[in-house]
Amino acid sequence: MAAVQETVDTVKLIDVDQYKYGFFTEIETDKAPKGLSEDIVRFISAKKNEPEWMLEWRLEAYRRWLTMPRPEWARVDYPEIDYQDLYYYSAPKSTAGPKSIDDVDPELLRVYEKLGIPLREQEILAGVQTSKIAVDAVFDSVSVVTTFKEELKKAGVIFCSISEAVQEHPDLVRKHLGTVISSNDNYYATLNAAVFSDGSFVYIPEGTRCPMELSTYFRINEKNTGQFERTLIIAEKGSYVSYLEGCTAPQRDENQLHAACVELIAMEDAEIKYSTVQNWYPGDSEGKGGIYNFVTKRGDCRGARSKISWTQVETGSAITWKYPSVILRGDESRGEFYSIAISNGRQQVDSGTKMIHLGKNTSSRIISKGIAAGRSDNTYRGQVSAHRKATNARNFTNCDSLLIGDQCGAHTVPYMEAKNATAVFEHEATTSKISEDQLFYCQARGLSAEEATAVIVNGFVKDVLQHLPMEFAVEAQKLIAISLEGSVG
Amino acid sequence: MTAHVTQMKTAAETALAAEFVAAKAALPGTAAVGALRESAFAVIAEKGLPHRRVEHWHYTDLRSAMRDAKPLAGLPDAAALAAAKAAIVPHARPGLAKLVLLDGSFVPELSDLADLPQGVQVMPMAKALAEGNSEVIARLGALEVAQGDHALALNASFMSDGVVIVVAADAEVKAPLNLIHLRSNAATASFARSLVLVNAGAKFTLIEAYESTAGRAADVEAQLNDALEIVVGEGAEVEHVLLQQLPRATLALTTMTVDLAAQSAFNSFALVLGAGLSRRQLYVRYSGEHAKAGLRGASLLKDRQHADTTLIMDHAVPNGESRELFKHVLDGASTGVYQGKVIVRPHAQKTDGGMKSNALLLSDDATMNNKPELEIFADDVVCGHGATVGALDEDLLFYLMARGLPKAEAERLLIQAFVGEAIEFVSAEPLRDALNGHVDAWLSER
Repeated sequence: MAAVQETVDTVKLIDVDQYKYGFFTEIETDKAPKGLSEDIVRFISAKKNEPEWMLEWRLEAYRRWLTMPRPEWARVDYPEIDYQDLYYYSAPKSTAGPKSIDDVDPELLRVYEKLGIPLREQEILAGVQTSKIAVDAVFDSVSVVTTFKEELKKAGVIFCSISEAVQEHPDLVRKHLGTVISSNDNYYATLNAAVFSDGSFVYIPEGTRCPMELSTYFRINEKNTGQFERTLIIAEKGSYVSYLEGCTAPQRDENQLHAACVELIAMEDAEIKYSTVQNWYPGDSEGKGGIYNFVTKRGDCRGARSKISWTQVETGSAITWKYPSVILRGDESRGEFYSIAISNGRQQVDSGTKMIHLGKNTSSRIISKGIAAGRSDNTYRGQVSAHRKATNARNFTNCDSLLIGDQCGAHTVPYMEAKNATAVFEHEATTSKISEDQLFYCQARGLSAEEATAVIVNGFVKDVLQHLPMEFAVEAQKLIAISLEGSVG
Repeated sequence: MTAHVTQMKTAAETALAAEFVAAKAALPGTAAVGALRESAFAVIAEKGLPHRRVEHWHYTDLRSAMRDAKPLAGLPDAAALAAAKAAIVPHARPGLAKLVLLDGSFVPELSDLADLPQGVQVMPMAKALAEGNSEVIARLGALEVAQGDHALALNASFMSDGVVIVVAADAEVKAPLNLIHLRSNAATASFARSLVLVNAGAKFTLIEAYESTAGRAADVEAQLNDALEIVVGEGAEVEHVLLQQLPRATLALTTMTVDLAAQSAFNSFALVLGAGLSRRQLYVRYSGEHAKAGLRGASLLKDRQHADTTLIMDHAVPNGESRELFKHVLDGASTGVYQGKVIVRPHAQKTDGGMKSNALLLSDDATMNNKPELEIFADDVVCGHGATVGALDEDLLFYLMARGLPKAEAERLLIQAFVGEAIEFVSAEPLRDALNGHVDAWLSER
């Protein structure tokens, strides 16, 4: 069954040439010299006024990175990146450090206004915005402002840029940084460890339910810069946090590099919900320009009964190389991954997840929907493994792809590795999940077979989208309408 | 910027290179065959033996598993022939012609060349290579999707003999042809290469058996790397059944390529019971429309056995149908690997593909690695895959035990049923019975 017209039209609406966030803002910046060397690593560390251990950590990663080969297993094709032709640090001149909203360059505020990101707390409180979200706004290499810090502080929640955390909470950072994604984890994560310039830091103390949604908004503005941010979220025993991430970039003919790391740590009974709407500039319809998005995201369910859930809506980037993972270390911990990846133009998406079952009675669930249109390639790559001691590990995976047109490709590459006899892994395609019963039920009520399928599948997609917090509903709205009939498993 | 890591050559890689230089002049074939060998070995010389960083070999690290390269098996001597003669006795069945390969060499005196079914012609591969039979040589390694494959390249470098089977157009061959691959009790490496050309409209069944003349308990470390290429003509129907019972000390790589012409049908079933490390590779290409293929198999493993089934279905044209069903039963500290990839090329519309892999883990030390892959470039296709891994269903066991069956018997029944789902697709009843018999024997040894 081919895609229905409605789906085709909806996907067209978000086609690459419809990119709305492609504007560029003239802002005076403070940049590191072009290129990458130990000196640049020292430069960034010095800019951030980092302690010695932090610099050593970076240098070790940098030296290690020099010896690593570029990973080539993913189904993405891009020319060799000239790492010497990039700026590794670029900050708007006016922001010398974290400060209140009143000190932020109005030009910068206008950027965020244009992007629809609320940074002025009073406006939000005055009801200009409907709900309250704390935002950490990252512009090129640095965090320009973090909102609602005071209010969060009252609840004991630390929410600030990671550079600020290094200064103010060095013990927490030192204890946790790199414990989920080590400084030599993979090629891009290692590069990130060496040159990361900013990112967000969140600490939720024991037994605390974070009083509002936290979010970070990434904007790449400057030409020829790489953005390397690092986010660290620690949820102590019994705590809960929901975190949102959004990203956009100007429309340029050159490719830009974004190599981020996100580390999540969930202790006993803690829950972290991490949602992303990734909308980096995807390049034009001929594949010129766009962001190379090489991201390492990993959560560690360290304590018993902890839970980490990743939800992502991926529509941007020329290349997406991203596998948000969960290490299910604690007994009875749970990992979830909900993803909708839409590729258009010449975009290449190779994304999926890893669920590593280590503890007893752990469970994971993977729901992935890939939609490929234009001349794009959309790959789901997921790994589920149960180690020897992961008694009663459970996984359910469902990954569907839909192709629109005959010049795109949709691929599914699941890896299932079971080393425990009590592990039960199931991997399925939606086509087999739309049961005859459901179809019959709908058809008996007067729907045609196609309508019936659409109703069922739409319900299913909504099921994924409902894992997105309300705040992202607007962005996700466009995607909700997309139906997935004719999907191939 | 990025450092180039030069891999050290392993002992096996060094030995293979030396062996190739020493043996190439003596291996059968004309200059054209020599050139084929050279270009095949260039793949190994350049890439080395495949290891876990080679995506296609991720779960079977041949580089570390192959500690050394055994010397090439020569022509069998009198003792080996005598052992082979005794070993084929159980295979003798009235009306069933057999072809015997011993250590990769075709043995005419043990084969039933005089009793071949009507419409079937057989020629030793060594002869075809030595004579420069252009029809045969043109077919060797011709399947595009299999090109660059490590095991196939190694086979092409050292291929010594094998059989060329030609089935005449429209021949309806009722009796199956039995191709018996015997390994003598010698620490050698053999490289058989066979070709089956089934012409348009013909019907043909091929049974392959892999075993050692010294029985399953033989403990000599033997290596084999065989390839079988099957060309199915327009409207032809081919069935293939394989039974592998090699001793544990054997390392076995087998590759089968299938080229399907329009309206043709191909069905294969393989029961893997033996070898310490085995890898079956299957490459199927749809060259003509409305062709159907079904690949199925079961691997029953125990102790430290490792069995890999890796297949690629290449839907290059519209309207193809493919079905895969593989069952793994894993006991002891064994490892099962299933890697299946269905490629639907651009414009191969209306492809209907279904892939299923089920694994049963009977022990806490067993491992299953499953990778069912889809690579789709056409938008009007129906492709699905399902993969499961799990232990025996407690509820079903309980149900059977509640009806008075002892636990062992209940388990046995469930495993039989599990494997039986795949065996069911073998069309001839006597063959199904024989395969089920082997499964029962395996279960009673548990």
